[in-house]
Amino acid sequence: MSGHEHEHGHEPGGHGHTHDPSHPHNAPLTEVQLRVKALESLLTEKGLVDPAALDELIDTYETRVGPRNGAKVVARAWIDPEFKRRLLENATEAIAEMGFIGRQGEDMVALENTPRVHNLVVCTLCSCYPWPVLGLPPVWYKSSPYRSRAVIDPRGVLREFDVELPDDVEVRVWDSTAELRYLVLPERPAGTEGMSEEELAALVTRDAMVGAATVKAPGGPRTGTAR
Amino acid sequence: MNGVHDMGGMHGFGAVAREENEPVFHADWERRAFALTLAMGAFRRWNLDRSRFAREQMPPDEYLAATYYERWLWGLRELLVEHGFVTREELERREVRAPRDARPRPEALRPADLPRMLRNRRAARLDDPVPPKFKPGDRVVARNIHPLGHTRLPRYVRSRQGVIDRDHGVFIFPDTHALGQGKKPQHVYSVRFAARELWGLEASPRDSVYVDLWDDYLDPA
Repeated sequence: MSGHEHEHGHEPGGHGHTHDPSHPHNAPLTEVQLRVKALESLLTEKGLVDPAALDELIDTYETRVGPRNGAKVVARAWIDPEFKRRLLENATEAIAEMGFIGRQGEDMVALENTPRVHNLVVCTLCSCYPWPVLGLPPVWYKSSPYRSRAVIDPRGVLREFDVELPDDVEVRVWDSTAELRYLVLPERPAGTEGMSEEELAALVTRDAMVGAATVKAPGGPRTGTAR
Repeated sequence: MNGVHDMGGMHGFGAVAREENEPVFHADWERRAFALTLAMGAFRRWNLDRSRFAREQMPPDEYLAATYYERWLWGLRELLVEHGFVTREELERREVRAPRDARPRPEALRPADLPRMLRNRRAARLDDPVPPKFKPGDRVVARNIHPLGHTRLPRYVRSRQGVIDRDHGVFIFPDTHALGQGKKPQHVYSVRFAARELWGLEASPRDSVYVDLWDDYLDPA
C-alpha cells in the first residue's frame, strides 16, 4: 500500500466547518476513510491502479502545482507590458511560455482588475478552477455559500473577504460553466515600484487571483487578511 | 438536470468561511480519493462531462451534506460499477488486503504516464470548422430548457437576455458528450448578463455576470 498511513480526523465540513486538530491519530477510522482504503485496496488487487502513481499524483498537486505558479504569471505581467499584452490577448499561450500547462488549464482567460472594473471568478455548477496556475481549489471556493452567492451578491461576498468596492466600480462575475479557466490579474499595489519580479510574486495571493482579494504592498495599509 | 448542484442565486447557505493557511488536502482519504479518481479516469471509459454528471446524480440531500471529495468518491463508485470495473458487492467490502505484489495491468496509470497526462494541452477544444451562430455584440436569450440529463446551462440564466461578449471557439458539447451521444462540436461564447436582468432592480446597475454558453443554449433575442 501507500505509505500514507496517518489518518487525520479533521475533515473539511462543507457546513459548520468543524476542524478538530486534537482528534487522536489512533481513533477508529470513519466510514469514508474505510471506504477509500477498501476501494484503493480493491482496485490495486485487480491491477487497476498502481499505488505509486497515486502517490505521484498527490505529490504533484501538494508540492509542485499551486498558486505560486499563478503569482509568477501576475508578477511577470506587472513588470513586462509586452507579456501583459500577450496574457490578456491569449492567456493560454502566455501562461504556457512560463511552463504552466495542462489539466484544467487547457484554455485560459486572463481578466484584468483595474480601478474601474473588479472581476470575480466562480463555478456555480461544480468547482472548476485553473489547476496549473492555482492548484486545487480551497474549500471556500467549493462551498455552497460561495457557489450560490457569488453571482447574486458578489459585493456581499467580497465584503466577507474584506474587499469593500465603491459603487462606481463595475463588478464582473465570471461563471466557469465551460472549459475556459479564468485567472484574475490583480492591480499592482502602489509603493511596489522598485520591487523585483520575485518580490512582487511573493505579494500575490491565491484569493487575489480569483478576484476575492486585492494585493497589498508590504507594510502598506492592511484593509484585510488577504491570502 | 435541475439538481441541487446548480446553486447560482440560491439563498440560505450562510457566509463564506475561509480557512487561513489551508492545506491542499484535509485528510489522507481526500488525497487517495482525488488520486483514485484521476487514475481511473485515465482508462478513458468515461469523459469529464460524464464524471460531472455522475456527481450530479448523487441524491440531493446527500450531495448537500457531503464534502467535495465525498462527492468525487460517490461519482467514482457509480462509474466503476457502471463500467464493470467492480461490483456493488465488492464496493461493500471494508477490508484492506491488496497484496504487495499486486501487478498493475498494462493499461493502468503508472508514474511514468503522469507528465503526459497532466501536461496534455488538448481537452474540450475542437478543430472542427463549425461556423458560429453569433458574433460579439449580438443580443441573445438563453433557452428555457430543462434537460433531465447533464447540462451546463445554469437555471439562473434561462429565459434571460444577454450579449455575446466573446467567441471562445469550438468545443465539445457537454449535454451530448456526458450521455455518450457524441461531441456535437459548436461555439462557446462568454455571454454577458446584466445583474439587473438576472436579479431585478435590487442589483447594481453596473454589475454583470459572464456565463460561458454553447450555441445550443442560445437563441437570437
